[in-house]
Amino acid sequence: MAQRHTTRVVLLAVLLAFAMVAAACSDDSVDTGPTAAPESCNVADLNLVTPGTLTVATGEPAFPPWVGTPDGEFFDEPESGIGFESALVYDIASELGFAKEAVVWTRIGFNEAIAPGPKPWDFNIQQYSITEDREEVVDFSSPYYVTTQALIAYPDSPYASATSVDDLKTAILGAQIGTTSLDFIENVIKPDTEPNVYDENVDLEAAMNAGQIDALVVDLPTGYYITAAQVEGSIIAGQFESEAAEPDEYGMLFAKDNSLVPCVNTALEALRESGKLQEIEDLYLNQDGGIPTISG
Amino acid sequence: MSDQTPIEEVGGGPSLFGPPRAPRGREEGTRAALIAFVSTIVFVVVVVGAILTSDAWPAVQKQFFNWERFVEVFPDILGGFWLDIKMFLVAEVIILVFSLVIAMIRSLRGPAFFPLRALAVIFIDLIRGIPVILLILLLGFGIPALQLPGVPTGALFWGLTALIISYSAYTAEVYRAGIESVHESQRMSARSLGLTQGQALRYVIVPQAIRNVIPALLNGFVSLQKDVALVLVLGVREAVREADIYAAKTFNYTGYIAAALLFLLVSVPVARFTDWYTNRDRRKKQSVGI
Repeated sequence: MAQRHTTRVVLLAVLLAFAMVAAACSDDSVDTGPTAAPESCNVADLNLVTPGTLTVATGEPAFPPWVGTPDGEFFDEPESGIGFESALVYDIASELGFAKEAVVWTRIGFNEAIAPGPKPWDFNIQQYSITEDREEVVDFSSPYYVTTQALIAYPDSPYASATSVDDLKTAILGAQIGTTSLDFIENVIKPDTEPNVYDENVDLEAAMNAGQIDALVVDLPTGYYITAAQVEGSIIAGQFESEAAEPDEYGMLFAKDNSLVPCVNTALEALRESGKLQEIEDLYLNQDGGIPTISG
Repeated sequence: MSDQTPIEEVGGGPSLFGPPRAPRGREEGTRAALIAFVSTIVFVVVVVGAILTSDAWPAVQKQFFNWERFVEVFPDILGGFWLDIKMFLVAEVIILVFSLVIAMIRSLRGPAFFPLRALAVIFIDLIRGIPVILLILLLGFGIPALQLPGVPTGALFWGLTALIISYSAYTAEVYRAGIESVHESQRMSARSLGLTQGQALRYVIVPQAIRNVIPALLNGFVSLQKDVALVLVLGVREAVREADIYAAKTFNYTGYIAAALLFLLVSVPVARFTDWYTNRDRRKKQSVGI
């Protein structure tokens, strides 16, 4: 009997020792604070997850016109270079000195992308709106696109002819989670019924088809795609013009204090000045065709 | 609560190195309790210490355990949680009745009832074979899209219906286990007294069966109380959804902690009640046995 006790006490002591060592080890680890800005933006000096390669994350699936054309070709094919964000990434990569083959795409869920912990990609591009709250935990590039919000409805819906946000007070609206469209509904439209909130674009479509929502609010370029290819028969009932809404700027998302940010910003600025940014914006995101405005 | 648990039961099995074993004598019991106490303290200190000294802790604390964020998001989550509670209460009542009916149908004897029995078995097999979340998506987005006249289209309605159907299939099996646990002689006696099959079930078998499975039913309560959150996939703004929305908007997860605390606040007392009830029931049965 006494022997068994001894064994147990010894084992406990061993466990304790292990635990102490483990705790001590984590104390000693190197502090990985803010990384200093790089001396230069040469590919060799960049802070990259995989040296020599630009690893870019986007959503799955990646939707047109951000990836693919507005009518749905090259859907979910960021490697094609077709679509605004896809084209932008390749332009930035070339500006930084990467060959086209050196750009590697990876897919990641929204929540994974923003959770604390190491990020196995250099930056993430999927229409992240830049907000102060978010900047507390991640870094953004300077904005690459400023969007307005649009209302999507079926033409026979009474809300399709709305001319002011007051016409939408009684509507049951839907928006995608984490978008400024949702903030826009809650802060500017302020409908009587709380808007429904969906994880993905495709759920918005299902809810529209199911008649569970009267109309959607999305950013205008996404609206082009939804009406062209996703929700059959729907139209862009209008784009919002509101002074109450903050401008909705999209930025590329980086891990906090990533030294790559200034280099990407420099590249973005060069594209803006050379007119290339405007060129791809016109190509993929700007469509003619008098969309009525809904005043705020 | 397990306030009557003898101290030996706590200390008797430091299960780190093997299965618990009954202590022999008072002295060993005390010593075992002491070792259990010390090892628990050491364990907690080590785990908490490892977490707090980790490099990533400040970032995690900022994103998960942020008091200002907590205060900001809590009212929304509480509102959503109230919806969870309401969904739970409505669903539970319907499930308890509906599943009992299915179980009784499945327990009917005789060749004439074969089609009914087969239907019950098919229902239970099919529904249990589909993940709950899939059932919610299928019913929630699928049926309203058919645009059948007179059929409701609400996301909440269909989400709740999917949960009720799914849980009824499981609960029916719990009831059936209860019904089968009642000794065959009970059924025979009832029949020999001239009760019909239905009457025997209703007045003799089922009352005993339910008593046998109350702990299992309560277990289902705890499970459902949390699973109502699954209707969030249809866009329903319950507690977890509100936390999701806040996290997506601010990249801060404190809302999830707030939601978890609220769920615990309800489910832990139910779990304790289940244990208490099970113990009481067992003691009662044992005292009858003597």
